[in-house]
Amino acid sequence: MADRHLAFKALADATRREVFERLAAGPKAVGELADELPVTRPAVSQHLKALKSAGLVTERREGTRRVYQIDPAGLGQMRAWLDQFWDTALNAFQAEVSRTEKLDAKHERRSRRK
Amino acid sequence: MSRTIQPAPVRKILTVPATPQRAFEVFTAGFDRWWPHSHTIGKSALQEVVLEPRAGGRWYGIDDDGTETEWGDVLVWEPPGRLVLAWRIGADWQYHADLLTEIEVTFTAQGGGATRVDFEHRLLERMGDAAASVRDAIDGPGGWTSILQDYADVVRAG
Repeated sequence: MADRHLAFKALADATRREVFERLAAGPKAVGELADELPVTRPAVSQHLKALKSAGLVTERREGTRRVYQIDPAGLGQMRAWLDQFWDTALNAFQAEVSRTEKLDAKHERRSRRK
Repeated sequence: MSRTIQPAPVRKILTVPATPQRAFEVFTAGFDRWWPHSHTIGKSALQEVVLEPRAGGRWYGIDDDGTETEWGDVLVWEPPGRLVLAWRIGADWQYHADLLTEIEVTFTAQGGGATRVDFEHRLLERMGDAAASVRDAIDGPGGWTSILQDYADVVRAG
């Protein structure tokens, strides 16, 4: 839960969202992002740091440059939610099948006794 | 050079102590009996969930105040072996007639009166297409943050 909350909080900032969306179009270095946006390099770095700790972007080294890209795991928040959700729902389904089967077995035993 | 992120489908396998006929029936006609009622996209409390038993059938929730909220529809109806549903609820937690994610459920007899249920919820990447709506959902009141909080509370409450 904590991770997801962090991700949403990180994207609540308009500039940070802008940074995130630029990265959605493809991996970029800090300098490239600063050139494209009306913010300074240190500011971009700060936003990237926040996005990184929220699990939304990852960085990798490309020679002397550090390149940032969207973390598929971060974008998969919805998937993670559904995964957990379907576990809960299908457990309930399983329990319901078991319950109705037991009821049936009881009825059968009763009608056999008659 | 846009990167397409494709989340893997959600897959679940379970075994239930019943014939495929019975398992299929509980999953569909009995949908309302097992669906966690805390999960709804309607405005007020969920009264009932209806899954119409035929191809093209509607899948919708009925709120306490009688309002019907669409969830999706039945794409494939092949009792007792296979069911495909369209889940048209986006990441913004709203119904979108043009959004198609698929849920496929197959029921296979396993001997001993048991049935193997294979569940898959796929094409989830399509939810990501609507990045703007995700953003709105995050920002707006009653958005993801609060929904997930509610969900966590339910899970914790067991």
